[in-house]
Parts: sequence; structure tokens; C-alpha cells
Amino acid sequence: MQDYYEVRWHGRGGQGAITAAKILAQAAYLEGYQGVTAAPSFGAERRGAPISASTRIAPQTIMVVSQIETPNVVVVLDHTLLKYDEVTSGLVKGGWLIVNSWRRPEELALPGDFSIATADASRVCSNLGLIIAGVTVVNTAILGAFVRATEAVSMASMEKAIRERLSHSQAGINLAAIAQTYEITRLGRIR
Amino acid sequence: MAKRGGIRILDGNHAAAQGAKLSRVQVIAAYPITPQSPVTERLSEFVEKGELDAQYVAVESEHSALAVCTSASTVGARTFTATSSHGLAYMHEMLHWAAGARLPVVLACVNRAIGAPWNVLNDQQDSVSQRDTGWIQIYARNNQEILDSIIQAYKIAESVYVPVMVCYDGFVLSHTEMPVNVPSQEDVDRFLPPYTPHTILDPANPRNYNLVTFANPRVNAEGVLCHGYMELRYLLQEALQNSRETIIKVGQEFGEVFGRSYSNTLWTDRLDDADTIIVAMGSLVMEATVAADTLREAGHKVGVLGLRVFRPFPKADVVKALEKSRLIVVFDKNISYGLEGATCSEIKSALYGSSLRAAIRNFIVGLGGRDVKARELVDAVNRSLASVKEGDLTREYPEWICAI
Repeated sequence: MQDYYEVRWHGRGGQGAITAAKILAQAAYLEGYQGVTAAPSFGAERRGAPISASTRIAPQTIMVVSQIETPNVVVVLDHTLLKYDEVTSGLVKGGWLIVNSWRRPEELALPGDFSIATADASRVCSNLGLIIAGVTVVNTAILGAFVRATEAVSMASMEKAIRERLSHSQAGINLAAIAQTYEITRLGRIR
Repeated sequence: MAKRGGIRILDGNHAAAQGAKLSRVQVIAAYPITPQSPVTERLSEFVEKGELDAQYVAVESEHSALAVCTSASTVGARTFTATSSHGLAYMHEMLHWAAGARLPVVLACVNRAIGAPWNVLNDQQDSVSQRDTGWIQIYARNNQEILDSIIQAYKIAESVYVPVMVCYDGFVLSHTEMPVNVPSQEDVDRFLPPYTPHTILDPANPRNYNLVTFANPRVNAEGVLCHGYMELRYLLQEALQNSRETIIKVGQEFGEVFGRSYSNTLWTDRLDDADTIIVAMGSLVMEATVAADTLREAGHKVGVLGLRVFRPFPKADVVKALEKSRLIVVFDKNISYGLEGATCSEIKSALYGSSLRAAIRNFIVGLGGRDVKARELVDAVNRSLASVKEGDLTREYPEWICAI
């Protein structure tokens, strides 16, 4: 298991990629990593437009303040973004691409030396009624796929982070989404 | 030792708002501007929820925000404002006023580029452009230092009667979350006593402040010989000159209460054996240490000098820190057009009269949010090392890390 993660999140404005990046940082800190940072991509963000965010996780204080060039995990909240080259840009050999998709990893047919994990987080959220303003909010659910694929943080730390970040009434449904997505995540490891 | 403090994962703006809250500010006036807006949002929430016993004055501009702070400070309140970029530029007149009136206002400047053209992203042109207004300027490398520096800023400002600007990089820190130890109110109260004003407006005892002041000292209506304008300006300069000691003493006291010492004007990293020293200010100091790691692995003896206090400029400390260097590579996120980066000029000025004959290179980086990567700093240092072999001590103008 490695101990330094550079995670880049891709989603659309309103899906909660930035919040997910922050929850992951909090969970990683609770897990015992001393260095965690989470940031949006800098600049303007609009509802529905492609956006990105980042999380860094390390055993020691993180001194790097520049933006991630070579992530070892890329999380995609909206599979339609896969058509843009920048989504997988720089993803290191042996890294993880984690996609909210109903397809199996091999069905995504993406070229590259990285493992792919998929989970239909949208359906999980839809079934649970995790919908805000007509949009299924998959940002927390996909954290379940992240935990399953990378094993970088435990589900216990994730639960703690969720309970610290969200109100009591919100925590339950989001934790259910994470647990269910964890279970249905399909892993396509490269050999 | 610190009590009931706790680590929270906070972005820089939240850390700044926490710093102001823990300092028990009494009057806040601010106008929202990217990337500072969340500071004002947090503080107005604190006031609205009753967590902070302060008056939040909503104003129509940054000029008015600082006018409210200077007025409230004259009345005797502890005041806070925050801004960025065009907002700070719009405050320019009142920045002079706050310093000239010797009011201990504290301002958080979330560093952002200035137009034209429009740009909301980070560089340090905004606060560097205000260096001659008579404010103390402190730059934070990370979110912990933002919170800690704001608390210290009140103690410094209220000791030397000079306003303090705490500067931190927009987005790079303001919107980036990281672990921050948020001290307990009890500990902050122990460190920072309530403000004892040196100017009080009282209807029962009416006074005038900052009257029209003539060129020469003059006898007032009570027959007392009062300073002329120039004597008052001398006293402001003297206060800035002498403030270094206070800044260090306050930083040391802070360390005694909270376990994080700031008894310095500079951050130094591996200078003991370094013959090549990277100089930077703000969050870039962090990235520079990563660059130094790489350069050391390649066999170069590289250290990092981070400017924490830009005004007063810590000349003697800088000279001492650089005394063993043969090459100084200064990275500036600002430019004094027609000359070079401002911190490079200050360093050259500080070295005048010392026996040091180090080569100096200046690179302009990161303007308007251009990402500055450690590998780019490494390249710049390597290029500088190669050019020094040709014997040039200095260059006429700075080099730029950009596409031209």
C-alpha cells in the first residue's frame, strides 16, 4: 500500500466534487495522515460546467502548493466527462480511475496503464432519494468507491468525517449511499 | 501549554475569520471581493449567530470599510477588515490615513492580481504596491500562519500603534483546506488582553484628532508646542524601524502560550551550509523547500529564505541569513515595472555596505495565478548556477518564467 495520494476530482458544477475533495481530506486526517490538503480548481465555477478539485494525502505536512500534474487517483462524478482528454491527463501508471458509471470497467475501453473502478453511484443516490434541485448528488456516494479501490482510508474514518461535516439529518442518507456504493464497486485492475 | 485547542481542516479564509473572532474584534467593516468574500461571510455569520460580540458594518465600498475601521479605532474599538486586489487599491487613501493616525487596525489581504486585464487569481502585486503606506506587512506560508499572524497582529499593532496587514495567497491558501490548530478562546485571552485605546472619542471630553498640521512645529491654543507634519512622519518611520523588536517579542510570547514560536522576521531552511539561497514570500516559500530538496539530491547546497515580515524590512536579519551565500535566487510574485521584483530590490538594498559579494538573480513568477511548480524553481536555480560560472554578479532586469 502506498502512502502518498494525489487525487483529482472531475465533475460538473453542483455535483459536489469540491465537497467530496474536502471530506476525503478530513477522513484521511482522521485516519492518521498528518498532511492533507483539499482545493477547488482555482477560478470561476458555474452550475453544470466541468469543474475539477484536488486532494493531497501524505504521512507528513504537505509542502507542495502547486496544482496536481500527475495524480495517482482520478475520480469522475459524471461519466460524460470522460470524452475530455484532460480528465485522465497525467494519471500515473498503476493509478486508479474511479468513475460513476453503470458500465463495467472494461466496457469503458479507455487506453492507459491504470486500473479502473466503476460504480453506479447515480442509481444508488436515486434509489435513496439523495437528490437536490433535481440532481442526484453522487459526491459522497463515490467516496465509497474510492475507499474500495484505493484502501487509502477506512470506512470508519470516512464515517467520522461525514458526521463532522454534515448535519445529523444529512449524515444518515449520505453514509448509506457510501456503504451501498462501496458494495457495488467493480474493480478492473491492470496486470 | 495550550488548552483545549483542536486541529480542524480549514481553508485560509476560514482560518482568517477564526483569527479575527478569537481576537475578539469589536467592529468589522468589509466589502466582499474574490477571493476574500468567504472571510466576510464567516464573520457576519459569527456575529449573526451571537458567537462574536461585534458590530458588523455593511458598507458600499472598500474605501468606506477602512474609513469605518479607522473611525471605530479612533473611538477605541478593536477593528478588522479584509480585502483583495482592487479592493485594497481602493483603500489606498485610507491605508495612509490609518497609518498616519497611528491606529492599530488589522487588515487581512488575500493576495490577488490587479487588472487590467481582469484576473481574480493570485499574485502579490496588490499588497506589495501598498508597501509605502506605513503599514506593517506580514506574509503567511500556510493557513496556520494566517490564524496565528492575525492574533499576533493585534498585539503588535496595539503595542507600536501601527496598523498591520496580514497577507496570504488567494486560492492557493484562501480556498485550500489543510490542518489548522484552532486555539481555545481561553488561551487567546491569556495572550491578547483587551485593547487599551490611546485615542478615545468622548462627548464629555471633546477633542480633535489629525487636524490640519503645518510644515513647522507650532504652539497650540493651550500654549503647548506641537509637532509639525514632518515630525509626525518621523515618528511613524521610527515606529516602523523599532517594530522589529516588538514583532519578535510578540512572536516569542505566542510560542510560549501556543507552542508555535514566531520569534523571527524570516523563515530559514537549511541555510547553515547553503551556498545557494532561494528567496520567496508567502506560500511560495513552501514550494521552494520542495525545490531545495530536489536540488540537494542533485548535490547542490541549497537553502531557502522566506520573508515573513516585508515591512519593516528586516535588513540586518536578511544580511545575516545570506552571509554565506554565493548565489541568491529571488522569486517575486510582483513586479515594480521598469525595474524588477520588489523583494529583490529590497534584498539588494539590504546587502549594500555588507562584505557579501554574492551573485543575485531575480525571477518574476506566478502573476495572475500562473501555477509555480517546484520543478520550475529547480530549473531557474540550475540556470542561475550555470550563468554565475560566466562571472555575472547581476542582471540588468529580471527573468520571467512565462511563455515569452
